[in-house]
Amino acid sequence: MAAVNDVVIKIATVNGTGSASANGLLRKAIFRMGVPVVGKNFFPSNIQGLPTWYEIRVTADGYQARSNRTDLMVAMNAQTYAKDMAEVTSGGWLVYDSTWPRSQLLDREDITVLGIPFSKLCNENFDGVRTRILMKNIAYVGAIAALLDLDLEVITQLLEETFGDKKHLVASNMEAIRIGYDYATENFPCPLEASVMAMDNTKDQVIMDGNTAAALGCVYAGATVGAWYPITPSTSLMDSFRSFCAKYRVDSETDKRTYAIIQAEDELAAIGMVLGASWMGARSFTPTSGPGISLMTEFIGLAYYAEIPAVIFNVQRTGPSTGMPTRTQQADILSCAYASHGDTKHILLFPANPAECFTTAVQSFDLAERLQTPVMVLSDLDIGMNDWMVPEFEWDDEYVPDRGKVLSADDLDQMDKFYRYLDSDGDGIPYRTLPGEHPKGSFFTRGSGHNKLGGYTEDGSEYQEVVDRLLLKWETARTLVPKPEIIYSKDNKAAILTVGSGNGGCKEALDRLASKNIGLNYCRVKAFPFGEEVKGFVEKHEVIYVVEQNRDAQLKTLLMLDIEANPDKLVSLLHYNGMPLNAGFVVDSVLKEMAKACAA
Amino acid sequence: MSYIAKPKVSHPKLPKNKLGLTERDYEGSVSTLCAGCGHDSITSAIIQAVFELDIEPHRLAKISGIGCSSKTPTYFMSESHGFNSVHGRMPSVTTGANAANRDLMYVGVSGDGDSLSIGAGQFVHAIRRNLNMCYLIENNGVYGLTKGQFSASADIGSKPKKGLANQQEPIDAVSTALSLGATYIGRSFSGDKEQLVPLIKGAMLHKGFALLDIISPCVTFNDHEGSTKSYAHTRQFYHHVVDMDYIPPAKEIKADYEKGSAMPIKLHDGSKIVLRKVDKEYDPSSRAKAFKYLRERSNAGEIITGLLYVNEGRPEMHDLMGNVDTPLSKLSLDSLRPPDGELERILRGYR
Repeated sequence: MAAVNDVVIKIATVNGTGSASANGLLRKAIFRMGVPVVGKNFFPSNIQGLPTWYEIRVTADGYQARSNRTDLMVAMNAQTYAKDMAEVTSGGWLVYDSTWPRSQLLDREDITVLGIPFSKLCNENFDGVRTRILMKNIAYVGAIAALLDLDLEVITQLLEETFGDKKHLVASNMEAIRIGYDYATENFPCPLEASVMAMDNTKDQVIMDGNTAAALGCVYAGATVGAWYPITPSTSLMDSFRSFCAKYRVDSETDKRTYAIIQAEDELAAIGMVLGASWMGARSFTPTSGPGISLMTEFIGLAYYAEIPAVIFNVQRTGPSTGMPTRTQQADILSCAYASHGDTKHILLFPANPAECFTTAVQSFDLAERLQTPVMVLSDLDIGMNDWMVPEFEWDDEYVPDRGKVLSADDLDQMDKFYRYLDSDGDGIPYRTLPGEHPKGSFFTRGSGHNKLGGYTEDGSEYQEVVDRLLLKWETARTLVPKPEIIYSKDNKAAILTVGSGNGGCKEALDRLASKNIGLNYCRVKAFPFGEEVKGFVEKHEVIYVVEQNRDAQLKTLLMLDIEANPDKLVSLLHYNGMPLNAGFVVDSVLKEMAKACAA
Repeated sequence: MSYIAKPKVSHPKLPKNKLGLTERDYEGSVSTLCAGCGHDSITSAIIQAVFELDIEPHRLAKISGIGCSSKTPTYFMSESHGFNSVHGRMPSVTTGANAANRDLMYVGVSGDGDSLSIGAGQFVHAIRRNLNMCYLIENNGVYGLTKGQFSASADIGSKPKKGLANQQEPIDAVSTALSLGATYIGRSFSGDKEQLVPLIKGAMLHKGFALLDIISPCVTFNDHEGSTKSYAHTRQFYHHVVDMDYIPPAKEIKADYEKGSAMPIKLHDGSKIVLRKVDKEYDPSSRAKAFKYLRERSNAGEIITGLLYVNEGRPEMHDLMGNVDTPLSKLSLDSLRPPDGELERILRGYR
């Protein structure tokens, strides 16, 4: 049941009507009142005219996942009235535009329907079709403000920040807020039992989506070449990189740029450009999603074998094939881990939220250059495009980037002869040179069979020597990638193990299970290959619930393949309908599996 | 991709260039292509061109895709950085490399299969960006490594060794490049080094996308009677339309040119090329006229060669993007980050 500072608001609108800024205003207002919020978008793969929803979870406890409740439905789209009404949690409320009264909305006796004639009110107060549509959005924010007891001063301040000098816009938007607010106050008992009460739980927090954070990470990592092909849900990563660069990467005197963003003809070209730029020594990256990864795989294999750094952001969406481009999933784990033909395996990093997208982005360049290999950052639509409240991320101005083993002109001067693929240090990582630096540094980069000197070979043992060294490098990578997040509740033998955006729902589930006296331990993997910590964790537990967002238990499979985890103790809890994970699913699934085990 | 290293034999009397290097110093390993392959002649033309241009080997990057042509970067300039990438993707690797380091000279070697079939997309888009590179298509009309299938440049009616004649329209690299706005477009023949070497020099020094479509007969699979890419056919039907001379910086144009036929063009490094129009009607500065001429002659079965179009004025990729002169790969990472303490200010906007 909804309660003070524990309420889920869902707004149903039509896409292309400008509701996003109204929803943002509402979410920010609650956040500014010091109350933690989660904002999730459920939008169609479409530009205009189809149903879209925005869900705001008000959560005093600061949980990061979505809830499976809908306490206050704001139904602004007649097309979806029936579905929206059905979704309201018993005891909840439904607001709709009663300019055109709908008796069928009164069918449910366990919810309260509040009709507000938004269209009529806006038509009476505003001129122009577009203005009336936009103001209707602002008016529902006003109504919600009354119903939930939001601070109008905070809303005013936000509008002033948004519109700056355009005072007339602040005034007209405030008028729309008032229209909704006053109507609700005069006609309904405001506030509702579930309201928002100012608190101090958002201090040092920000609200950001993961793509923006990852782009900021690329700026801080010093990336200069970004090549990409537009694809949902990764597009906003490059859009953000572009806007950060416009601010921080233009020489104030000459007006010239210190970055190159290349919109490629396809993903094959995008990754080719990344490899070309990395070969030259620039920090280079490409953001993409599943279909893009499929196209990139040939080049990813080349980068693995020829040992060229590359950073690839895969903001996963629902597959297979085109799938559901605007829904989330974690179903590219295996295809990324082993992308390309032949014996290949790749480093994967799994941020769990936007704050980690920022740090992981920086880390991905360090690891790619240190290990001279592609590094894939596996985010997903939920992280990349939704609004997460996360602690302000920190940056150490003393940060020293790891450029890996690159020989300088001075180093080469001292050397007799340079060979590209020698393992001089015994860690499987050879030294490289950058083209143009020194006459002695030249070597031939090739995806064809080569020996440790860098020469072409069709000799079996010479070939094998190189691919065996790549395995040694893989073991070095295992020690360098980020360690998992592990939480012990109390000494017991069962645990939850998850990855990426599963984190929020699983942690909330741990709390809920603990309240039922079920204490589970927790491990969230942050990288592939799995290190000693993950191996140890898996070994010491008798039952591990592996929570992941795909149909085929890809994370579980990877645990079995990489660290030979015993499949008998891995119990898969799979959530793959395209919606972000919620704690309820985890709790129910764990209880069901426990009951099954007891009965057996 | 030879694994036979060429022995370095010192010949004290070999001529040296300004860097003190001989032509031998610009060679690579021994070619493993078939004896008589046109590609080997192109390799030697490249070697002569870079030797005469006094290019420091390590300041040139040679990139290729897959196929017989794409093997050749190992046969020249063993002291240069090379990148043998994947099939049809040489242009994207070169684009990224050039984006990161605009100071090097880029030579891409491709073939008709690599550029006009599997890599057609990358070929045309590199042109659109006016990527500053020298792009060579070693064009033999067939897939050699897979034993003689037609490529997209095969002419209608051209006969294979076995099977039926080609009936599909060919893709002509030169007219494609013309229509897309490449800024230096030439065609030549592997058997015509005198024409080819200056064309390569100009292509290397041209600032922008320079394409050379070089007919390069495949002696094993496409040099028979009935093939339109054979040595015999090419020799019979090819015509010089515009020849060119390369004049290094600070050298005067000395040769006597027939009035009305010579067209000097200054390149960005101060050197010049002088176009010699064999056909006075031809206008290598007009895309429309060049295209018309090309179509008419090609319909008549002629292979016209020379520097067919040139435009030194169009900005190349970096200038179109407004990039700094320093190669991006040379900028220190410290200089690329927002100022100290800035993150806090950025984050304030997300509260």
